[in-house]
Amino acid sequence: MIALMAMSAPTTLVHLAGVDLAIIAIYFALVLGIGFYLKKFAKTGEDFFLAGREMTAWVAGLAFVSANLGSLELLGWAGNAYQYGIMAGHWYWVGAIPAMVFLGTVMMPFYYISRTHSVPGYLKLRYGTEASALSAVTFAFMTILMSGVNMYAMAVVMEVVLGWNLHFSIIVSSLTVGVYVAAGGLFSAIFNEVLQFFLIWFGALLIPILGMIETGGWSGMVARIHQNFPGQDFTHMWGPMSSFDKNPMGVHWIAIVFGLGAVQSMGYWTTDFLVVQRVLSAKDVRSAKLAPIIGSFFKMAVPLIVILPGLLGRAVLPYHLVPGNQAQPGQFKYDDVLPLMLARYCGPGLMGLGITALVAGFMAGMAGNVSAFATVWTYDIYRPYLRKDAPDSHYVSMGRWSTMIGLFVSIGTAYLVQYNKSMMDYVQALFGFFIAPLFGTVVLGMLWKRVSRMAGFWGLLAGVSSSITIFLLMKFDERWVRVFALSPLAQPLAQAMWQALWSCVTCVAVTVFVTLVTKPRPDEELKGLVYALTEVPKEENTSWLHRPVVWGVAALVIFVVLQIIFW
Amino acid sequence: MSEKHHIIPVWFFVGFLLLVYGVLILVSGLVGWSHPPAGVELTNLHAPVWWGALLIVLGLIYCLKYCPKRES
Repeated sequence: MIALMAMSAPTTLVHLAGVDLAIIAIYFALVLGIGFYLKKFAKTGEDFFLAGREMTAWVAGLAFVSANLGSLELLGWAGNAYQYGIMAGHWYWVGAIPAMVFLGTVMMPFYYISRTHSVPGYLKLRYGTEASALSAVTFAFMTILMSGVNMYAMAVVMEVVLGWNLHFSIIVSSLTVGVYVAAGGLFSAIFNEVLQFFLIWFGALLIPILGMIETGGWSGMVARIHQNFPGQDFTHMWGPMSSFDKNPMGVHWIAIVFGLGAVQSMGYWTTDFLVVQRVLSAKDVRSAKLAPIIGSFFKMAVPLIVILPGLLGRAVLPYHLVPGNQAQPGQFKYDDVLPLMLARYCGPGLMGLGITALVAGFMAGMAGNVSAFATVWTYDIYRPYLRKDAPDSHYVSMGRWSTMIGLFVSIGTAYLVQYNKSMMDYVQALFGFFIAPLFGTVVLGMLWKRVSRMAGFWGLLAGVSSSITIFLLMKFDERWVRVFALSPLAQPLAQAMWQALWSCVTCVAVTVFVTLVTKPRPDEELKGLVYALTEVPKEENTSWLHRPVVWGVAALVIFVVLQIIFW
Repeated sequence: MSEKHHIIPVWFFVGFLLLVYGVLILVSGLVGWSHPPAGVELTNLHAPVWWGALLIVLGLIYCLKYCPKRES
């Protein structure tokens, strides 16, 4: 295995010593051991797909935030921080914190009390089979494609950074994930996400600590950036947003607040089943409400290990990084900044820990995708449409098989992407097509009891259709960028925010219109599903320190203070 | 963490991993004390030594607090 790993690419960013390989090997052994240990506990459907619904708020909250903290996320956003500066932090703050608090305080009680096992499952209860089937089929399809794309992208990263053989990375990591998820189901996935959370923090936190020591603190770092890149502003979040031409992203604050904060982020954090599934594993309603709020505090801190290393790269690296598509041999890309900073400060041992954190992030991301896929496939496609009345053990078995089959399809997708690289852009865009309108459909359904069955379906379909149309128009004819993103300067990240905003507006408008011309569902059918007809457990007898809303407000206050500090 | 199943808490596994990694990193830091690796900055701070020690302390705390025998 070591020999296969060492079939190196010509040049690598970092080199591993024996102790580093030992650290990586121990991680693989432990996750497999945990998977086999947990197998005996994953006997029923609720155990396998929802980890027995017995996780504490802390475990569910850390798994919730970890499911999103994959390696590509870390490498990509550190690269974005190098490219765009601290503005990239918007994706961690306005692009996450309000949505997490909203999920915990407003939406989670409905997901939890309805006893649904998935987001398409909630749509089935609220709207019936049409909206649910559309959501389930697209989610299952996209999750597997995304898993394959991530698998390939990470194997490329491992090849470039470590010189590991591409096939080795894909096969060994996916088989490991397949074995431990098929064995322990969501139990395994959640356990490993919590492990990954600690690995990522302890593997990456030394970079900002040592970087700050080297540069003499925040002001020293800013001075060095100004010295290295005179006339450019990389250290303010909102100041450069007053107009499209004052920032390298070509984005206006309206897009950040309404496109990213109110739609993209709400859509991802409240309706993407991959993350919501972690919270559904909580042991009671209060834990389910608290989990995303606990996650929000850690999410607020993630820029320390992602954005700050990107900024430090601007300050201390003796050469300039370039965009990925312009890198010549011997040049480094924006996305290389995190491994480069790791190599700058970490010798043997610490390097192994940092690389294990990346590997763990990759595998946890894959496990998140396949465990969510197995649940939606089994409960939202196989059970309602293919085999309705099988015993519970049959569905657990189907969950195990679909985990392995899903992984093999992902491996196939990874190799498909290898031969058709443009497919990667399209698959990554796929999620954007569905998430923003889905948020409109779910939140309207939760908060307005009048919304009818067909309004949910047609609103979702219209939102998805408009999203795809806007994406294609902007991709193939740049004149449309000015129309939808309000400026020809808008870069792909800014275009995606406007695309999300317009598609959600379309979804809401069509849903409201169809609702007004169709018959509402009787109140009796909506009990436990909508705001006006659900008895959410009161918290008068809970001490204020244990009330989710108190911590939600605390998270929002810290979030606002951070915006002011880095304005 | 587990009321129905009596599963070993995930925190124990976290502690075990931190403890083992702490020992490996501390030892590698001590071995390289007088011969720091080439190309690494700030080696005079001996980060692997104190980072390894920190992992050992945290790992021990988690292992002792969530040890399966103590739980039962």
